[in-house]
Amino acid sequence: MEAVVFVFSLLDCCALIFLSVYFIITLSDLECDYINARSCCSKLNKWVIPEVIGHTVVTVLMLVSLHWFIFLLNLPVATWNIYRFIMVPSGNMGVFDPTEIHNRGQLKSHMKEAMIKLGFHLLCFFMYLYSMILALIND
Amino acid sequence: MSQPGIPVSGGAASGLQAQNGAAPTSGSPYTNGPVQNPLMSSQVPASQGYNSQRPASHHLPAKTALNPISGQSNYGGFQTVSPLSNYQGPGQTLNRPPMASNTITPSLHGGPFSRMPPPALQNSTATPMPSGSFHPGVNLPPPPLNWQYNSPPAGSQINHSPAGSTQPAGSGNTNLTTNHQYISSGDPSLQNSYIKSGSAPSLVNPPLPPTFQPGAPLGPPPTGGPPPARAPTPQKSSHHAMPQPSFSSAANQEATPQFPNKNSKMGRSVGYAYPSLPPGYQNTTLASTTGMPPPSLNYPSGPPTFTQTPLGANHLTASMSGLSLHPEGLRVINLLQERNMLPSTPLQPPVPNLHEDIQKLNCSPELFRCTLTGIPQTQALLNKAKLPLGLLLHPFKDLVQLPVVTSSTIVRCRSCRTYINPFVSFLDQRRWKCNLCYRVNDVPEEFMYNPLTRVYGEPHRRPEVQNATIEFMAPSEYMLRPPQPPVYLFVFDVSHNAIETGYLNLVCQSLLDNLDLLPGNTRTKIGFITFDSTIHFYSLQEGLSQPQMLIVSDIDDVFIPMPENLLVNLNESKELVQDLLKTLPQMFGKTLETQSALGPALQAAFKLMSPTGGRMSVFQTQLPTLGVGALKPREEPNHRSSAKEIHLTPSTDFYKKLALDCSGQQVAVDLFLLSGQYSDLASLGCISRYSAGSVCYYPSYHHQHNPVQVRKLQKELQRYLTRKIGFEAVMRIRCTKGLSIHTFHGNFFVRSTDLLSLPNVNPDAGYAVQMSVEENLTDTQLVSFQSALLYTSSKGERRIRVHTLCLPVVSTLNEIFLGADVQAIAGLLANMAVDRSVTASLSDARDALVNAVVDSLSAYRSSVLSNQHPGLIVPFSLRLFPLFVLALLKQKSFQTGTNARLDERIFAMCQVKNQPLIYLMLTTHPSLYRVDNLSDEGALNVNDRTIPQPPILQLSVEKLSRDGAFLMDAGFVMILWVGKNCGQNFLSQVLGVQNYASIALTMTDLPELNTPESARTIAFISWLREQRPFFPILYVIRDESPMKATFLQYMVEDRTESALSYYEFLLHIQQQVNK
Repeated sequence: MEAVVFVFSLLDCCALIFLSVYFIITLSDLECDYINARSCCSKLNKWVIPEVIGHTVVTVLMLVSLHWFIFLLNLPVATWNIYRFIMVPSGNMGVFDPTEIHNRGQLKSHMKEAMIKLGFHLLCFFMYLYSMILALIND
Repeated sequence: MSQPGIPVSGGAASGLQAQNGAAPTSGSPYTNGPVQNPLMSSQVPASQGYNSQRPASHHLPAKTALNPISGQSNYGGFQTVSPLSNYQGPGQTLNRPPMASNTITPSLHGGPFSRMPPPALQNSTATPMPSGSFHPGVNLPPPPLNWQYNSPPAGSQINHSPAGSTQPAGSGNTNLTTNHQYISSGDPSLQNSYIKSGSAPSLVNPPLPPTFQPGAPLGPPPTGGPPPARAPTPQKSSHHAMPQPSFSSAANQEATPQFPNKNSKMGRSVGYAYPSLPPGYQNTTLASTTGMPPPSLNYPSGPPTFTQTPLGANHLTASMSGLSLHPEGLRVINLLQERNMLPSTPLQPPVPNLHEDIQKLNCSPELFRCTLTGIPQTQALLNKAKLPLGLLLHPFKDLVQLPVVTSSTIVRCRSCRTYINPFVSFLDQRRWKCNLCYRVNDVPEEFMYNPLTRVYGEPHRRPEVQNATIEFMAPSEYMLRPPQPPVYLFVFDVSHNAIETGYLNLVCQSLLDNLDLLPGNTRTKIGFITFDSTIHFYSLQEGLSQPQMLIVSDIDDVFIPMPENLLVNLNESKELVQDLLKTLPQMFGKTLETQSALGPALQAAFKLMSPTGGRMSVFQTQLPTLGVGALKPREEPNHRSSAKEIHLTPSTDFYKKLALDCSGQQVAVDLFLLSGQYSDLASLGCISRYSAGSVCYYPSYHHQHNPVQVRKLQKELQRYLTRKIGFEAVMRIRCTKGLSIHTFHGNFFVRSTDLLSLPNVNPDAGYAVQMSVEENLTDTQLVSFQSALLYTSSKGERRIRVHTLCLPVVSTLNEIFLGADVQAIAGLLANMAVDRSVTASLSDARDALVNAVVDSLSAYRSSVLSNQHPGLIVPFSLRLFPLFVLALLKQKSFQTGTNARLDERIFAMCQVKNQPLIYLMLTTHPSLYRVDNLSDEGALNVNDRTIPQPPILQLSVEKLSRDGAFLMDAGFVMILWVGKNCGQNFLSQVLGVQNYASIALTMTDLPELNTPESARTIAFISWLREQRPFFPILYVIRDESPMKATFLQYMVEDRTESALSYYEFLLHIQQQVNK
């Protein structure tokens, strides 16, 4: 049972890693002026909800399966994701707003955020991998 | 501004060219002077070589008329010019068409040579001219050799430019000449240059005059041809003469014979190639010598000598102010002791501490201004100073003098695409170093030839390198598609509420009056949509006896009822349009429909316009209630005064999305909101904000109950309809490596890191950007900023307006404070505060404003001042900083405690973002003058008019007195407050009333009385008005007038129930600073 939980987490984590990389690539495309702000933001906004869901699922799963440490590790990031999504002002077109993204260094902070998430997911990936192997051996 | 990011589609390009050729553009190099000055025109009748160009330009005069620039006597000029152009027309018009069709040359520069070949007749006369003029001149002196050798290469070089490829072979030499057509956008500039040039040589080169004078008289005068034509010749010769006397004389002789020829034979065909050059040169030279002559110079004035003098004086004053600034600037001031810091004359921006030669070339502060005239070396230093670093731009301002250049290649840095500008350095004759990225570039062959001096090998004297503000005619590489025609779509709200206000009558009438003045050409298109709960289209098909109305009631899925004839050519269907405008106001007289489907109407309008792009003017009078984009009232009247819980953010993203769609299709939306109730401008405003439109708000507009607003709308519409407009524009702001743009402020969509998408650009829009220092600037002395605005003029020409600003880098805090530009700082802070109030809250924004003062002054106190003085010590440059911030806090955008309506507050915020700095400062901190005792002492003398210059008073009631009359100039409004005991003299001589009580409560005009007092007052007020493009309305008020509250609100130094007085504010700041 435990092994199944971690296999699922591992897959989910892989997806999140790919998503982070996709965010980074798209944002740096925008930075280099390869795509315009409008298309960049509509691309990214599409993936904000899947990201939130993906991460929330893992977090909840860890809580349910009583892996406290991993749950607590995931909690702040998951909270941040949800907070960010909820706090979008009513007039904005999503977490990434094409009219704002070039202002006040938003592009940079989005980039930084995506980088941090990538690092975090990588860390989680190895943790799940280790736990999964451990669970399989125990079985 | 062909950004790397904007590829050029090859197919489009060729189409473009064809179009270009056909478009009036082709011939018009010189012509383009946006404004023709009267002087020029009056002389024009001579119609000589010089004038012959005019025909090419002849569409220009029209333009002038359309876009009154700075309102000077352009109209007169225009009238005189047009006959001329007609007269000369035959010769040129004949030639032109062939050229367009024959040779596909990128717009202008191809002009001259292409013209020559087609008409045989002309050839015989014309070809000799150009060749004669150039070669002979060249041959005589030593340089000539160079010339001839070089000319072939030049030709070949040109070949790979678009022009060259198509052009007839064997015209190598002509090529050369053609390539360098310099045009200066004539208006006043022409005049100026014209006049100045005559006198200028003498100034510049005292010894030379004799040499050139012989030459000058030679040509024209004897021939007896028209005098005006001659004038150019002397100039030319003079320019020649300056570099090389011997050469010049030779050239003159060569030239002079030709002129007579032209004169005698024909006024028409002759001189294009030849004459074309001179005007351009002259202008540019002039411009270069003058630097950017301040507006005062440009008043059209009679005799040459007159203009000359101001120029000299100007220089003097400029240098003097530069000198005097420094000792004064070093002073520190204790604001608590020296209370009267407001200068009695308008505040001048600080002069950057640059070498005089560089400063002379620098961009005018009216166009381009930086908050710090000394750029800090590092971000750390900037952080320490706690002052914002940013630029304030007014790039599309109506200019009186603007050099326009047409050449086949626009010289730009190969790596960062910066346009060549006065602040690049030439390593040698062949290479220049970009001042933004420091790349070393080659000087193109044709750039080596300086058309100004007609000397080869002087790239550094080319007009591009002599003017910080310049306009290029863009070749087809700068077009993604053929230049769009001017398209105007009007969208009217015709619900019951709208009909009640009676605005439709006024707008239609105004439109009817200005139909011929709409900027445009024969391609201008116009269309109308009205809406209430349904959407009405109007078919204006040619041949219809009356406009046909089509109603679309399906607002959930809007469609366009017919593909054509909704947007029609204005010229072809003018009568139908006039018909419609006459009947429209009555058409809905009995309507009972109260709903408003603004969202669907906007969608329909967008669909209608998206193939072409253009300008959409939307008139709305209530909250949209139907269909997409319907809004709910959010304002709670009880919470108006508190700074919390007010809705400054849009409630839906519908308008923003639509605006971005519009922006993508080059449609700009201008919103006119005339509503009595809350209309959620925060949401509606997005439609204009991101599509680079403008918002105008007339609260409680009613045609009978609110005559003040009626008049305001009338005047503003007049300006709106006739002002210059640029279509499908983009603006890029570049800065020296190490600096980067942090935030943009204004109405536009930021398409990529430094590229602003501006579907329309209008001359009344200002922009601001915040900068940050990314890399240390320790090894640079100077930094430059360049804004390049690429737009399609209403005549269908693609143009690039480039402004370059150069500033020194400084390494100490003291120098930063020394060079702080307090007005620009206040302007930028206001922009930042608007952002802050939207993203955070109003009270945050207010705190941030106060903190900006406190932080910078405490930074100054702790880091710069060595010994601690008591009191509130500020550097001289920031002496008005607390005052301006206090004024901002009391401005409508940020004030608290009053019953300001939410829409009015948001409108004020829109204005902060969209206004050029000077008007923003005037609305924030108006100028107050006492006008009941105007005298001629210290008066300004402009054009034989004496304009009294009363001192500017502080904005405090203590400066008012009951026995005086005071004029407050707040930018868009002027208020003349008449004291209760005002002298009978003023009442009867100026106001034309018997006594105080008989001043009408709604008086908005001063009668023109035949008294010196009246003349002075009127002269003063009209002088103030002339300085801005719009028409501020004058309200005459007395104590009982409803406007009095507004008047008192502007008294920013006084205490109000919820805001501190200036002195209290200073004490508060002192407390914080000394903490």
